[in-house]
Amino acid sequence: MERLQQTVARMGGVNLLPVAVALAALIAIGAPATWVTLTVAGLAMGMMIFLMASGLSLVFGLMDVLNFGHSAFISFGAFIAASTLALLSGWVAADSLLYNLLALGIAISAAGLFGLVAGWFFEVVIVKPVYQDHLRQILITMGALIVAEQLILAIWGGSPLSVPRPAFLQGSWLIGDTTIEIYRVFAFLLGFVAFLGLRYTLKSTRIGLLIRAGVENREMVESLGFRIDRLFAGVFMVGSALAAIGGAMWAGYETLITPDLGAEMMVLVFIVVIIGGLGSIEGSLLGALLVGLTGNYVGFLAPKLALASNMILMMVILLWRPQGLRPAVRT
Amino acid sequence: MSATPILSLSGVKTDIAQYHVLHDVSFDVPEGGVHVLLGRNGAGKTTTLRTIMGLWQARAGTIRFRGQEITAAHTTEIARMGIAYVPENMGIFGGLTVEENMRLASHDGTFDPDRLSRIHTLFPAMKQFWAKPAGALSGGQKQMLAISRAIIERRDLILIDEPTKGLAPAIIAAMIEAFREIATESTILLVEQNFNFARSLGRGVTVIDDGRVAHDGQMDALADDSALQTRLLSLSLDQHQ
Repeated sequence: MERLQQTVARMGGVNLLPVAVALAALIAIGAPATWVTLTVAGLAMGMMIFLMASGLSLVFGLMDVLNFGHSAFISFGAFIAASTLALLSGWVAADSLLYNLLALGIAISAAGLFGLVAGWFFEVVIVKPVYQDHLRQILITMGALIVAEQLILAIWGGSPLSVPRPAFLQGSWLIGDTTIEIYRVFAFLLGFVAFLGLRYTLKSTRIGLLIRAGVENREMVESLGFRIDRLFAGVFMVGSALAAIGGAMWAGYETLITPDLGAEMMVLVFIVVIIGGLGSIEGSLLGALLVGLTGNYVGFLAPKLALASNMILMMVILLWRPQGLRPAVRT
Repeated sequence: MSATPILSLSGVKTDIAQYHVLHDVSFDVPEGGVHVLLGRNGAGKTTTLRTIMGLWQARAGTIRFRGQEITAAHTTEIARMGIAYVPENMGIFGGLTVEENMRLASHDGTFDPDRLSRIHTLFPAMKQFWAKPAGALSGGQKQMLAISRAIIERRDLILIDEPTKGLAPAIIAAMIEAFREIATESTILLVEQNFNFARSLGRGVTVIDDGRVAHDGQMDALADDSALQTRLLSLSLDQHQ
């Protein structure tokens, strides 16, 4: 048993969980073409949830801040991207890859830019006064979320908003019996690039070194002469921008969005942060992929269990690893 | 020894939540050598160091470093003025490598080869485990890393909280030599429970009891007076050996 555990640890340990879930699903589903379609959908969904969750995980880990207002950035990102794409409808529908890419790039950038600016405002005005006070953090960020949702209602109204997809992301690839939606592949690749960028920043730059150290022991980082609050403000802004970009991608995925999109996604985001382990980008990715894959497989195999599947996943993982799959080391 | 103290505390009072921990702490730390802060468990030694470092704010009194008041200064400003802090739990970043821990303590992220070589001479384990995660080090090696991190750049004053706690006698002996070498360059304010260790290094000594200074003087005088030791610390050096 011990040898088996060591072999599994050498092969990647908990990192293999999504592969194990996918293989188990292949056996349960039986039809490889269906399995590929579901797996691609699960990976794409997982990557979009990763975008939304990674910033929240770092904010949790770095400053112990419980930000229930995080979903506001997801909602605003979705609506801003949808409005930008609607404004650029000519480029979106154009038979030109360049114009399509430009429209998509502007829409995602607009959502990201909003996330950066709003994240800065949110951190300075709402979060900073309640550092170290969890109860007030929950109350004030919940309050801010309600205000943000009302703002969305005031600006965009309560009716569902249609989101145009750029022409090059419409349709599917048919490979044998397998149908792969192009948008899902794009969402997966964008999320993966974001993960690589975040990982590089955290592992290979001085800012990343400070963030990793701050997640472990922020008091010691200050004792070494670094202002952790400024670092935190930067992490909060980037985390909010990533959430907004995740919301923008989710809007394109759903193609019809409502103001409570963020609140709906927030349940999944919290599950990802908790099962991944606080303060860990790798943990967030692992948790997001598991949530995405499990949701899709269970939705196909046992539709009645689909809603509960992620809760069950969270319970099983927390019973096995109460600190999550890959929590940041804390001293 | 210069006449002006490098650090001066006057009437410092610190509260932690609703508890008054430091009631009236006043003492000077002369420049150069090792000044020891002694006292029973819970007397307020760690609170004194943390108050100096700005990690807990003094409610009253003044703290001066090289004549400049730092009582209300932010911890980062205090660190940048040239004060290093080695906490009781060592403050090691276990998820980072030894090199990354050291790089964080360097202002611009680079190392002065001479200082690095000095550290490797003082603590050869740091060279050996350079690329290993700090969380995998033994207790003694973590303490060496914590001290190495404090001296990777020149600091005027190093606050060290109970460095020998839980360490094997052989490591403590190596630590004494290292501290003597470090004290040729920086002033050390050392909180210590191990009286032998404190006596072998300390030039001056301040004893804190119940949040107040109970004694302030030379270490030699305290070491020679077992009645005073018993009164202040509930121990005599003979019993402690």
